[in-house]
Amino acid sequence: MLISYLAAWIVLLLLLGLSVLSAYLPIGSLHPLVNFGVAVTQVAIVFTVFMRLTSPPRIKWVFAGAGFFWLLFLFVLGVIDYLTRSGFPPG
Amino acid sequence: MQYASLAQQGETAQLGMWVFIATEVLFFGALLFAYFICRLSYPEQFALAGRDSKILLGAINTVILLTSSLTMIAAIELVKRGRRHAERLLLLTALLGVCFLGVKGYEYVQDFQDATVPALNFLLKPGYHPPAEIFWIFYFVATGFHAVHLTIGIAILLIMAEMTRRGRFSPGYYAPVETLGLYWSLVDAIWLLLFAAIYPLGRAAS
Repeated sequence: MLISYLAAWIVLLLLLGLSVLSAYLPIGSLHPLVNFGVAVTQVAIVFTVFMRLTSPPRIKWVFAGAGFFWLLFLFVLGVIDYLTRSGFPPG
Repeated sequence: MQYASLAQQGETAQLGMWVFIATEVLFFGALLFAYFICRLSYPEQFALAGRDSKILLGAINTVILLTSSLTMIAAIELVKRGRRHAERLLLLTALLGVCFLGVKGYEYVQDFQDATVPALNFLLKPGYHPPAEIFWIFYFVATGFHAVHLTIGIAILLIMAEMTRRGRFSPGYYAPVETLGLYWSLVDAIWLLLFAAIYPLGRAAS
């Protein structure tokens, strides 16, 4: 058990290194994709390993899922609003 | 008797924390959404402003926080197994939290000296336009709220450490420590997203 926590910690640190290194690479518009891709992967590891989302009771999926489901609403409706504005993005 | 068993009581406490986590996801989710809209609107200004953020201090703080999540989960395992001195790991976790706040405070001082603190000391350098200030407003609102969460976590950690020292928990009953662990790792997870939003911007030569 402790070994898996240690392994997750090492992977998280390596991902941090990847995020910092990639910031200095000339990859142009891929930057946000790499940075947030790494961050979302890190968050997924923290949620599954450190917060034990995948272990019983399964009902916590309902609670965690509800949070992300409403977040999806927030993002989708919010994005639709902005993308359908004539003056977006400004400038 | 409210619960059929201690295990059920523990599960209920965990579910309660997951409900709270769902509200936190929405709170910081809305903040990040506003960030994305502003960054999409003013990509060049955000890159310029982001370059002035202190990535080394941000990375050090990420290492500190990730390590604190490890010591937190190790503390839960020790409490669960009824080992002695489990409170030491809880205190170590709190200490790491204090270190994070210390580095953050030092970073805020640096930000102030670099005139990147909106309302208090903010200067638009040549080539910078007002939207650059939006980046810094996000920075202080997001990291400020995060620091408040962390401070609350440290306070509860100290209480839990004292309760552990007094032998209030046992292999059968350790729900409060486990629930605090969920909160602590959530604060860690939020930081990982904030790091990606703040520090790597505008570093590569274009």
